[in-house]
Amino acid sequence: MGDLLVWVIWVVAAMGSLGSAVAVISFSNPFYSALALIGNLASLAVMYLLLSAEFLAAAQVLVYAGAVMVMFLFVIAYIGSQADEPFSDGPGWQSIAAVVAAGALLVDVVVAIGLKAGGRLSDGADVDGFFGGPYEIGRVFLTDHLLAFEITSIVLLTAAVGGVILGSEARRTPEARR
Amino acid sequence: MRGPDVSWYIVLSAFLFTTGALGVLLRRSPLTVLLSLEIMLNSANLALIGFSRHLGETDGQIFALAVMAVAASEVVVGLGLIVALHRSNAPLDVDKLISLRG
Repeated sequence: MGDLLVWVIWVVAAMGSLGSAVAVISFSNPFYSALALIGNLASLAVMYLLLSAEFLAAAQVLVYAGAVMVMFLFVIAYIGSQADEPFSDGPGWQSIAAVVAAGALLVDVVVAIGLKAGGRLSDGADVDGFFGGPYEIGRVFLTDHLLAFEITSIVLLTAAVGGVILGSEARRTPEARR
Repeated sequence: MRGPDVSWYIVLSAFLFTTGALGVLLRRSPLTVLLSLEIMLNSANLALIGFSRHLGETDGQIFALAVMAVAASEVVVGLGLIVALHRSNAPLDVDKLISLRG
């Protein structure tokens, strides 16, 4: 019974994430695309919960669906949502090449999973209640992956400084623009 | 309570990645390209977390957190670029933005 419930939740979340992803790339107004992406991120957070990654599900909702998407919506509201008609000028050779390349990516991954990994992916490891919780994440982050933690902080600091410089008023002065 | 095994998650992740790649390749507005990039990054995160659960190791989740941090940085820089382009009255169309300092 619990198994069936997990499957039902999985199918609903999978349909939600795929449908909202298709909606993101097919809305002409970027504002609606951003709203659809919030649905995609929320569906993926449900997936993370099914994979017993509770901390990452919370981080997904807080960081992505919260902070990042609010920033997106602010910028879209600031520059005005300039509608760009998707697929307006018919299927040019670039669009056909894009669809072929994306299809090749998909077939590549599915065939690799189906052929190479066949039966070995069927039984997952057993995990305890601590798996994916804040305690376990923090322990691994501050012991085994301390370097990655520090580099992440430097990347975030650099991005913040870069955002301030890109958005600052000083770039609008004539000599800076020349 | 077993649910679907990891290959289902990987196939879903492949479909999401393909959708994001289609968005990046087909759309012209840099805002929509950034949104499609987010889909691609999140599909990679789904694969990482799926394998993390499959192997019973937390390392994949650490990597997914690092991907989230890099994605946040990328959004900050990308949106900063779009705002700077908008201020200099450049066309917001990736097919027309073909030269720097042009």
